[in-house]
Amino acid sequence: MRIVIVDDTGLRATVLEDGLRDAGFDDIHIVPPRGGFVARIERLAPDVVLMDLGSPSRDTLEEMLVVSRALARPIAMFVDQSDDIMIGAAIDAGVSAYVVDGLRKERVKPILDLAIRRFNAFARLQSELDEAKSAIAERRTIDRAKAILMKSRNLSEPDAYALLRSTAMNQGRRIAEVAEALITASDLLGGAA
Amino acid sequence: MTRISAAFLPLTDSAVLIAAREKGFAAEQDIALDLIRSESWATLRDRLVYGQVQAAHMLAPLAIAVTLGLSQHPAALSAPFKLSVNGNVFVMGTAFAAALDPDIARRIGDPIATAHDFAGAIGLYRRKPVIGIVHRFSCHALLLRYWLGYAGIDPDRDLVLRVLPPSLMGAALEAGEIDGFIAGEPWSTVAVQAGLAEIVMVGARVWQRGVEKVLAMRTGWMEDNAEVVDRLLLALDRAAAWCDDPAHHGELAELLSRPDYVGRPPEAILPTLTGRLVARPGDASVEVPATILFHREAVGFPWRSHALWIYSQLVRWGMAEPSPEAERQAADVFRSDIYRRALAGTGAPMPGASLKVEGALSEPMGVGSHSAGLVLGPDRFFDGRVFDPADIDGYLAAFRR
Repeated sequence: MRIVIVDDTGLRATVLEDGLRDAGFDDIHIVPPRGGFVARIERLAPDVVLMDLGSPSRDTLEEMLVVSRALARPIAMFVDQSDDIMIGAAIDAGVSAYVVDGLRKERVKPILDLAIRRFNAFARLQSELDEAKSAIAERRTIDRAKAILMKSRNLSEPDAYALLRSTAMNQGRRIAEVAEALITASDLLGGAA
Repeated sequence: MTRISAAFLPLTDSAVLIAAREKGFAAEQDIALDLIRSESWATLRDRLVYGQVQAAHMLAPLAIAVTLGLSQHPAALSAPFKLSVNGNVFVMGTAFAAALDPDIARRIGDPIATAHDFAGAIGLYRRKPVIGIVHRFSCHALLLRYWLGYAGIDPDRDLVLRVLPPSLMGAALEAGEIDGFIAGEPWSTVAVQAGLAEIVMVGARVWQRGVEKVLAMRTGWMEDNAEVVDRLLLALDRAAAWCDDPAHHGELAELLSRPDYVGRPPEAILPTLTGRLVARPGDASVEVPATILFHREAVGFPWRSHALWIYSQLVRWGMAEPSPEAERQAADVFRSDIYRRALAGTGAPMPGASLKVEGALSEPMGVGSHSAGLVLGPDRFFDGRVFDPADIDGYLAAFRR
């Protein structure tokens, strides 16, 4: 069974491809939705196309499904339209799937299940990564604010941090927000830090 | 509060939904309106058809196509409210546009001459022009076909039509993948402002009152939730009035420009709202009446004749099989009865009929209406043809002569 993954974030496609290979599928092609990607898919003549629901290129792909002569058989979004739970799960996960008409449901269901799980796992990974990134950014901001305080108020590092923390508590704000405000003010006043 | 989710695409004509949420019109009707931005019509359609949202800002022909089973999973959809009239702008790259009338006001103002010029320019161009359209079932594509068809151009034979999302049109033009495109605003203006393209045709000049986006719902959901639907339509009607008021255009452009909505600067959004389009980089603006309308002239009213005109064009271009059944299904997508029910007693001007002959008014005209003061604007097609919904066969036969 030939599976094409249309995806512009290379990482998610790789995560999905790995999962499919582990499950025993080995005819997998990743096609980024750029330039003449539709012609590439036509040449590949896949049985299943998996695509990010959030990709703006879905309309381009669907147009190909309508006009293409290379894909003689029509393709439908979901194998069994009555399977509402799976459709809901797929949309929540952001997966869209196009399947050659006539392919048996039990052959496609594991692929879709796997795509849903991998898409969800990728989304979790992404949000953890974003959190980690913002935590690092906050740490940097606080360090800069501490440096400003140490220099301008002649404080030790623990005292500078204690001052930031007590100010944040008094104002009911987060330490990072107070640090941010301090940096902005210092920049406006022409302070160097 | 009733929670309603509505899907939209980042376009100027999503304004009414956005204003309904942001200016409190939905909340006034005790509705918590969640707006779900979608990046493709396919995803917006799937979200609606599979019940992830209750309503969607949809291309009117797409709502009909889904109902007729022409676009993936068939589902009965209804449009009880129109979100906009007009608003489409056709642009071509500067190389192609050089073969057209250099006087921009004349080029836009005389679509007959420009259609002929365009036909000539196709022959002179180095290849079959590749034109970006946003969807086969879009008013833009139907309007473009209608306009060029007048000059003997068969869009399926003489052009390469490529479907691309509006937000990627500019980049495709720059990369030479397409030679021009027709899309909802602000995307054409964005391409002009980037120096990539010139305006060649404005939708409002081809059909003075052309149907555009509708509020689409699953028919079953709409019928099971009549009371909620009525409140939603009231909210949208008020929001549409707010959007239409020139005093609010600046604020509306700011609102739409937010990254979670259209995500383009207000300078790209404002020209369509004010009807003063800059057609060529650096040029003075050209005034185009009724570039986009949201409320006046009962814009929200879903005329069944609008749905039938779309059906006639789908048949004309071989996208739908004609049958009395399909014709009835298409007309039934536009639910003027629901609009009437929801806005009865609000004093909103209400057309007496649900069908009209399209393209017959060259001057504004007061019409028979349940409440006073409904004036319909001029609705002529640029070629002077008149669409009589009672004689679709005759209308279509005339195109073949």
